[in-house]
Amino acid sequence: MNRINELFKKKPGKLLSIYFTAGYPGLEDTIPVARALQEAGADMLEIGFPFSDPLADGPVIQHSSEVALKNGMSLRKLFSQLKELREHVRIPVLLMGYLNPVFQYGMENFCASCAECGIDGLILPDLPMTEFETQYQDLFRRHNLSNIFLVTPESREERIRRIDQLSDGFIYALSSSSTTGKQMDSTLQTEKYFEKLQSMNLRNPLMIGFGVNDRESFQKVVSYAHGAIIGSAFIRLLDKEGARPEVIRRFIHSILGSN
Amino acid sequence: MKTENKYGVDERGFYGRFGGAYIPEMLYPNIEELRENYLRIIETPEFRKEFEGLLADYVGRPTPLYLAQRLSEHYGTTIYLKREDLNHTGAHKINNTIGQLLLAEKLGKKRIIAETGAGQHGVATATVCALRGLECVVYMGEVDMQRQAPNVARMKMLGATVVPATCGSKTLKDATNEALRDWINNPVDTHYIIGSVVGPHPYPDMVARFQSVISREIRRQLLEKSGKEVPDQVIACVGGGSNAMGAFYHFLDDESVKLIGVEAGGEGVDTGRSAATTVLGKDGIIHGSRSLLMQTDDGQIIEPHSVSAGLDYPGIGPQHAHLHETGRVQFVNITDQEAMEAGLLLSKLEGIIPAIESSHALAWLKKMEFTGRESIVISLSGRGDKDLQTYIDFFRL
Repeated sequence: MNRINELFKKKPGKLLSIYFTAGYPGLEDTIPVARALQEAGADMLEIGFPFSDPLADGPVIQHSSEVALKNGMSLRKLFSQLKELREHVRIPVLLMGYLNPVFQYGMENFCASCAECGIDGLILPDLPMTEFETQYQDLFRRHNLSNIFLVTPESREERIRRIDQLSDGFIYALSSSSTTGKQMDSTLQTEKYFEKLQSMNLRNPLMIGFGVNDRESFQKVVSYAHGAIIGSAFIRLLDKEGARPEVIRRFIHSILGSN
Repeated sequence: MKTENKYGVDERGFYGRFGGAYIPEMLYPNIEELRENYLRIIETPEFRKEFEGLLADYVGRPTPLYLAQRLSEHYGTTIYLKREDLNHTGAHKINNTIGQLLLAEKLGKKRIIAETGAGQHGVATATVCALRGLECVVYMGEVDMQRQAPNVARMKMLGATVVPATCGSKTLKDATNEALRDWINNPVDTHYIIGSVVGPHPYPDMVARFQSVISREIRRQLLEKSGKEVPDQVIACVGGGSNAMGAFYHFLDDESVKLIGVEAGGEGVDTGRSAATTVLGKDGIIHGSRSLLMQTDDGQIIEPHSVSAGLDYPGIGPQHAHLHETGRVQFVNITDQEAMEAGLLLSKLEGIIPAIESSHALAWLKKMEFTGRESIVISLSGRGDKDLQTYIDFFRL
């Protein structure tokens, strides 16, 4: 049981998770942004560690990754910042990123550092399912880290079932098969896919991301899932208006509809 | 001949500890479709007939295995050049694009995407798309588009759309990222023709099989010309490594044949401006496969340097990484300067202006010691027309 599992037990619906890139817009913004997001009402955080070649990301997150790397962000730097994470932040926090920096850091060391800093889960989109199952599942479990898998409208049902078996936090459902930061398809097909996921009665809660960027799209997807994930729209805000707490508060309130 | 041997891919898609498919879920259905179907399709007699027919009548295969008399005299041994430069579009790249295009047709794909560095693979892809009437989009780094303007014009003339990759270093690896992003966003009707033996499984194996025509012909032609079953050495340049894989393929199990892969040393491996991946690279993941990769301690990919746009890739095909680790292939490197001089030498001695990529393989001859009795085969992977400006600037011609 970690903070992710507890969250879903405590609050079964309309959860809001926010993705942001570590070390962006400024190198030392990681903890202040996390703190401001919690204070503004976000339920969960995904902190992206940057990679030079983010092949599943659209222009917005590519740009934030590039800036973060230029700022001097690295996994070592990130873990030194996250040492004080749990002095400021109570909500579940996941790390998200590409596998190569993790491999260089060493998977064992990486998981140990995550545990030390109070990280609850990992989203490593290019970690193959079988490799997780055969090599890392026990390691993750030992450090109380949930591994989060992605599913897309193109994922076959048997694969979704297998992902559900291997997951122990939530399943990250993409609203469309796309890179990050695209508009959501508001077609009948998308709704059918959400309905299919809903009717599969999965063991794990569902969080829908990709293309969620305002109150309307948030409301729409939380009617099918336990919550929604916003990434590019938040990064775009930081890019345009900076990382001040009041900017972040206004954004989160605009999504959740509170004052 | 099959690759089910100790150097070939295993059933999980690995070569030793290299290879695999490290891809996000968005690419999984595409890659799975290919993995489930590629062998079934490309081993049918119907496919082989169509593939070999186009290689013969459209590409102009077999390419000659040419005994380079004056070059042989110069070095005091026997040197054969495998003339991939005489293929249609001027390089070995088209062997692979024809194979993948036919495969894409069988899978019912309507749209083709590709990445290109120097533009050779882009031109080879645009060419086969024109031939078969398929929509073609080629991603090319913005910097490369400026450096290789004639190839951009060629692709456009062939009906392809050339999209600049404006992210990162704006070169080959970024063009590859853009092509992968396109594929993520177009998962159903599009096939991605990767240009080298890189990328997630099954690409490295598939591209190697299409390029293996090179070594199949070498074996037959050498026997006809010299009565020898196998040469003593085969030398080829390695960026991602597709011409080398093609030239080595049917010799991998003949352990008596020495195989040499020549990487681009750039300005020298210690200068920070190099592309010698087996020297400078570490175990890592690039474009969906585990291989050797030039990267920082934090796992960020380093932009390589070579005078040759076709060799400045920060990784190397996973099978090459395995062949390096097992010692089956000896990897060496050649500097920009040495390659340019070797290109000029071949031009003067044999009347053949080689691509600067191929000049790297030729330059290794100067570092070898000969008894005079050996047969050496060099993969002359492409012609030098595209590099004329670089030669002109370098030698102030």
